[in-house]
Amino acid sequence: MTREILTIVTGVFLGTISRFWMMRRDFRQYPSYPHAVVTHLALGFVAATLGAVAIPALAAKEYTAVTFLTLAATQFREVRTMEREMLLALEKSALVSRGPDYIEGIARTFEARNYLVVFVSLTASLVTYLFSVVPGIIAGIVAMALVRRFMQGKLIGDVARVRPGKLHFEGANLFVDDIHIMNLGLKETHKVYEEYGRAVVIEPLDDNAREILANVGQRQAIAHEVAALLGVRRDVDTAEFTPLLRRNVKTGRVGLVIVPIEPDMECLLEAVKNVPVLESSFVKPLASKAGYCATD
Amino acid sequence: MEVSITKAILAAVTITRDERVTGVPVFYAESEEEMVEISVILSRVLEAVAHDMGNGVYIIVKH
Repeated sequence: MTREILTIVTGVFLGTISRFWMMRRDFRQYPSYPHAVVTHLALGFVAATLGAVAIPALAAKEYTAVTFLTLAATQFREVRTMEREMLLALEKSALVSRGPDYIEGIARTFEARNYLVVFVSLTASLVTYLFSVVPGIIAGIVAMALVRRFMQGKLIGDVARVRPGKLHFEGANLFVDDIHIMNLGLKETHKVYEEYGRAVVIEPLDDNAREILANVGQRQAIAHEVAALLGVRRDVDTAEFTPLLRRNVKTGRVGLVIVPIEPDMECLLEAVKNVPVLESSFVKPLASKAGYCATD
Repeated sequence: MEVSITKAILAAVTITRDERVTGVPVFYAESEEEMVEISVILSRVLEAVAHDMGNGVYIIVKH
């Protein structure tokens, strides 16, 4: 086999494997199996091919061939649009919506993972071209491990303390500790909340976390994840049982109230802790001089 | 695209008879129990939430 063919095959193979490895179909079951998975594997294969042929093309002094990497950029942007549109379309049929921030985050991740595939296949094919297949495969695996590390974002449990809260009514107003959640008129609703409702308080660990939790999209993502994991005791006509997160503006603490189907507090805390911090809500006011000196 | 009204008072239910509540469909109830009953029905039908104004008026708000 010629060197070029070996280079391309190694690059494509490792790139596609890395796309498969990056596809984490956990409890979210997203991308859905089998069709969305096949779509993304196919797109991963395309990305891997683009990355793998770049080195042999350069070696053959076909410098213009590299311009089709720009094609890859267009292609991947398309992936992002596709994901966004699909999730937004499905949003209407969800009992607790994901919210636009979460959707944007997911769409962005899908786009970025294709670039990461290009990186893996490019690394593998470069090392294969320079040395041989075995070092190429090793380089590909190292690149995959790097990518996996790089991909990992923070979780709510990393930036905040999550503890059980006390759910109580003052007149018609529902509170979690000292955080006002909403006004609920009906006594029947109060009874359901008092009996089955669970409350959680999310305390930001620092000012960065306070701003993360202030983001409405981040809070919607928490509500969605928790409802997806523990179930929510509501249907389309009982809007009052939608999980809600409200913020105490003085302390930055966020109160979550939900009427889960599974009223297990430990699991609820676990579910909240494992919600990803959204890229769009992630801010670092402490990294600035003004933000830092404003802390007390 | 689906368009729906949100954050709007869709109706009010009251037991006061002094006609303070205007501008939205108002349902007059004879008793506290009837007011609650009407509020439950309205909130289910409209997929909205009943809020207690604290002065004998319930409002049905779509969120």
